[in-house]
Amino acid sequence: MSVSNHPTETPSPGHTPIRRRHRSDLFQQALRLPIVIWQGLFFIAPLCFLVAMSFFIVRNYRMTEAFEMKNWFKMLSRDYFWDSYGLTIGLATLATLVVTTVAFPAAYTLAFRMSEVTRRWAIFLLIIPFFTSYLVRIFSWYVILAESGVINAMLGYIELGPYVMLNTKFGTIIGYMTLTLPLVIILQTFSLANIDRRLVEAAHNLGCRPWRTIIRVVLPLAKTGFIIAAVFCFILSFGDFVSPYYLGGSKPPTLPILIVDTVKSGQQWPRAAVVAVVMMVTLFIVAFGGIAAAYRRRTA
Amino acid sequence: MKSNRMLKWFLYGYLALVLIFIFAPIIFSVIFSFNSDRFPTIPLGSFTLKWYETIWQDPDVWEAARTSLIVSFSVATIATLLGFATAYTDYRYRFKLKPLYLALILLPPTIPLIIMALAMLAWFAKIGLAGTVTSIIIAHSVLTAPFAMAIIRLRLSQMDATLEAAAWNLGADQWRALRRVIVPFCRPAIVSSFCLTAAVSFDEFAIAWFISGLNKTIPVIILEIVTGNIDPQVNAIGSFVFLTSITLVVIAQVVLMTRDKKEKVNHG
Repeated sequence: MSVSNHPTETPSPGHTPIRRRHRSDLFQQALRLPIVIWQGLFFIAPLCFLVAMSFFIVRNYRMTEAFEMKNWFKMLSRDYFWDSYGLTIGLATLATLVVTTVAFPAAYTLAFRMSEVTRRWAIFLLIIPFFTSYLVRIFSWYVILAESGVINAMLGYIELGPYVMLNTKFGTIIGYMTLTLPLVIILQTFSLANIDRRLVEAAHNLGCRPWRTIIRVVLPLAKTGFIIAAVFCFILSFGDFVSPYYLGGSKPPTLPILIVDTVKSGQQWPRAAVVAVVMMVTLFIVAFGGIAAAYRRRTA
Repeated sequence: MKSNRMLKWFLYGYLALVLIFIFAPIIFSVIFSFNSDRFPTIPLGSFTLKWYETIWQDPDVWEAARTSLIVSFSVATIATLLGFATAYTDYRYRFKLKPLYLALILLPPTIPLIIMALAMLAWFAKIGLAGTVTSIIIAHSVLTAPFAMAIIRLRLSQMDATLEAAAWNLGADQWRALRRVIVPFCRPAIVSSFCLTAAVSFDEFAIAWFISGLNKTIPVIILEIVTGNIDPQVNAIGSFVFLTSITLVVIAQVVLMTRDKKEKVNHG
């Protein structure tokens, strides 16, 4: 990197491309490089180290750097690992289906039935939870859903219940929805709002019924955004340990809970690393599959 | 047409229900924080401030609040600086590995926090930063820089590209043009990004829990209380946390929105 910063040189970057490139070197690098170094040291390096750590071994309660497949064999041969894996995928898939379905009418209303100003306010409201403590919200659900909690007390007035909602899959899904619903609604709304209205009107004018318009015109046009929203929903649910732990009862644990338990109960970081790597591989497959599906041209 | 109107009201009602679902936990948490029952339900118990008094007198909470403030403030500063530099680079320059460059910055939020937490824990232990406040600040900056970058990048895309060139032609060098033209134009986005990254850091618990050691932040304290048993203290701390984050988010949003309006008036 050569730096020539003569104070007498006239700074006229727009017109003398060669000199400009020369002069701007320091400037350009000073703005470009910090993030590369920062993310390299504290994002890429930790993730690489995580992968490496899955091959380390623990001796006498101390982790030693090594390259052995022991942890992998140990984890992948256990039934409880595969139970957790199946459960985590199942729950995340269920959450994705439920959230996508629940979000759609809301996003549809926001995109097609509201003025620009109201929509802006609604989106603003939907952004707020994203920046508020997820943990406290889950604790709040814990109290609301409990057997003597708010919902069962209200149902009690109309002689219903009490229902057991905590420590069930229902509880976990409520938690996942708390985490992902606002984001999915926002992403769906944006992709619906970007649809060319004339296409919808054309379908309407040609006598297409509303439901059919939604299924044959609106949804295919908004497909990309919807799939991306669903992928985000899956990733967030798949990686969350709070909902399945506090609302789902953690029996059996999901993969994130397995990581927490393994790390917090002792020195078995390498085994936790195995779980983490398996999770990452799974998420990469889901994400790439999703993106491929989202951008695939319809051949029919 | 009558069925259309019914559909409209049905959809509005549905949207209202969804918003209630989303805000119910926040609202109930605030209500319960003033409620005397140890296990709150309906009908509510009597009004009390004892949960607030408990946390007010708890030195651990004060210590955690101090740590949280230091962390959030530092994170917001670092993330906004990194985000600004990156957004400007993306706005102005074309280069070969740009997609890779952008991926490097935008990827962290797509990795589950629990995985980041484990990776950070192991990495900081290896490089000798484990258990320090610095390590929390670093980890949160990695996580929040993409938000800062996105907000500022969006603002830059609204800028008239000739403004900066005009500054150059009038004799400003690149640094000066950056400081006098680009930064003032991006100010609302910078303020907004500062608030939002602070809010995200202030609420983050998974990574902080794994790597903080003895330097607990507020969310880590909450996590530990929650893991113990039902304790309405959490609602009191939680309300305080909600208030802080919502204030930050509202400031961020208002700053962005009022600027927009002003400019519309100026241009029109």
